[in-house]
Amino acid sequence: MSSAICDSRHYPARAAARDAIFVTAVSDTDHGVVLSRLSKSYGAVHAVRGIDLSIAPGETVALLGPNGAGKTTTIEMMLGLTKPDKGTVSIFGAPPAGARQAGWFGAMLQTGSPLDHLRVREIVTLMASYYPHPLPVPDVLRLTGADEFASQMTTKLSGGQVQRVRFAAAIVGDPDLLLLDEPTAGIDVEGRRDFWQAMRAMTEHGKTVLFATHYLEEADAYADRIVLLAHGQVVADGPATEIKAQVGSRTIRATLPGVGAAALTALPGVRSAERHGDAVVLTCTDADAALPALLTAFPATRDVEVRGGSLEEAFLELTGAEETTGLDDTPGAMGVTR
Amino acid sequence: MTHLHYDILRTLRNPAFAGLTVALPLVLFYSVASGQRHAMHDGTSFPLYFMTAMAVYGAMYATVAPGARIARDRSSGWLRQIRITPLRTRTEFTAKVVGAYLLALPALVLLFLAGASLGVRLGATQWLEMAGLLLVGLAPFVVIGLVLGYLLPGDAVAPAFAGVVVLFALLGGVFGFQLATSGPMFDVMKGLPSYWLVQAGKTALGGGGWPAEAWIVVAVWTIVLIPVAALAYRRSAIRA
Repeated sequence: MSSAICDSRHYPARAAARDAIFVTAVSDTDHGVVLSRLSKSYGAVHAVRGIDLSIAPGETVALLGPNGAGKTTTIEMMLGLTKPDKGTVSIFGAPPAGARQAGWFGAMLQTGSPLDHLRVREIVTLMASYYPHPLPVPDVLRLTGADEFASQMTTKLSGGQVQRVRFAAAIVGDPDLLLLDEPTAGIDVEGRRDFWQAMRAMTEHGKTVLFATHYLEEADAYADRIVLLAHGQVVADGPATEIKAQVGSRTIRATLPGVGAAALTALPGVRSAERHGDAVVLTCTDADAALPALLTAFPATRDVEVRGGSLEEAFLELTGAEETTGLDDTPGAMGVTR
Repeated sequence: MTHLHYDILRTLRNPAFAGLTVALPLVLFYSVASGQRHAMHDGTSFPLYFMTAMAVYGAMYATVAPGARIARDRSSGWLRQIRITPLRTRTEFTAKVVGAYLLALPALVLLFLAGASLGVRLGATQWLEMAGLLLVGLAPFVVIGLVLGYLLPGDAVAPAFAGVVVLFALLGGVFGFQLATSGPMFDVMKGLPSYWLVQAGKTALGGGGWPAEAWIVVAVWTIVLIPVAALAYRRSAIRA
């Protein structure tokens, strides 16, 4: 159907040249991905409350947040699967529907089991047929590791295999923007490594990537930038290292009798200190600085243990919220937000 | 094309499909009609009447099958994955309609062959006229399949589709008897596309095609249901 590519008159055309297996992203570099004042409620539940976000072409951004932070709703609105109550989404200068018709985005959704009565190779071929400039199916199968079970029926796959099929479906159209909703959920450690290796191959060709995760480690390791989401709002946005320092607070536990909490709090990199009998617990902004300082100032320190703080703790701290169980309209309050 | 190809392939790989559209009508046809080869029914030979009826029965199942597939794909969630691709609604619909007709063909052809094996003899134009009328008369069922497919949740699909087909079959006289030959019940029957589908066999023999009433019934069902299908599609497409 020739009308399928008529969008090229309205939106930047794609280069026909191929570089390795991926076409280097050539979408309009003046426009990245822009979300402005995006909001969505489900009844009394405010899933997303006014998100503003700009992603430059070629950037890899992690959408980090606990369950119910609004990550999935945000991604679904970007894809045009969910209609925002307020606000707009612009993808390389086009609304979601236009970007979809041009084949500019691909996505891994959290739900959806592959169509039944098809083999893995067939479903990837089917998904490829929907795009104007798909990648060769065998290459996609190899890259995602789905080639190992390409002849299996889709109903006979393990959870990790299904995730690889979803990944293949997301990239087979050679999209410039990849939206990944918890892409490594349900995959084992080895599978995760393979997945991110394959992702690297994509991002090296200038693809723009937004992935949702609730693992700080994953966001830190694979994103240029972390956007922290809580209660449907952006609570922090910056380079991965910066955000990690903000939320990745570590605690130092040690046995150290006879030293006051005030003296400990005064150490560099320490935010607060508590004493439990002979044991002390230091919550640090910079554990790398705090630990040597502690050992130098108090050589009697024993049984030292450094631990990473949980993301949930970090969120509570960042948002300054009291944990409440009911629904609450006040921004920043801890409500059940889907 | 790939979409159409895999849609048909998936339906054919479902063992229930061949069972309902081909095997069951064939078994019913032979078991009932072979003992009544020389009987008459409503002015035509019984094998001709029952051949048409069973072809209609199988073809009705076949034409609603792509719709049933939609409901299952919706509940599996993969339809959302497809909705974020550039696939156009028009292409999706076209594939479903073409697929429905292609899937109905085996039921028609095999039942015609079965009919011929029990002594049904028609001229080439009569066979073609009958086949043509059946294909036209199946149009409402293609659309009914789409409506149900976009409206119903996946687990309600099998009973709903079977129920709809059996109801239309029963009221249309597919099972070898008519519930009524006059009165309000007969008026209801004449308002159903399945009634006229079964009549296609007789019409072919007598020549002269369908009465105007048949064309109107089939057209009205189709035209009224198309916007309903479009509405059902939109409703399922976006979570408002």
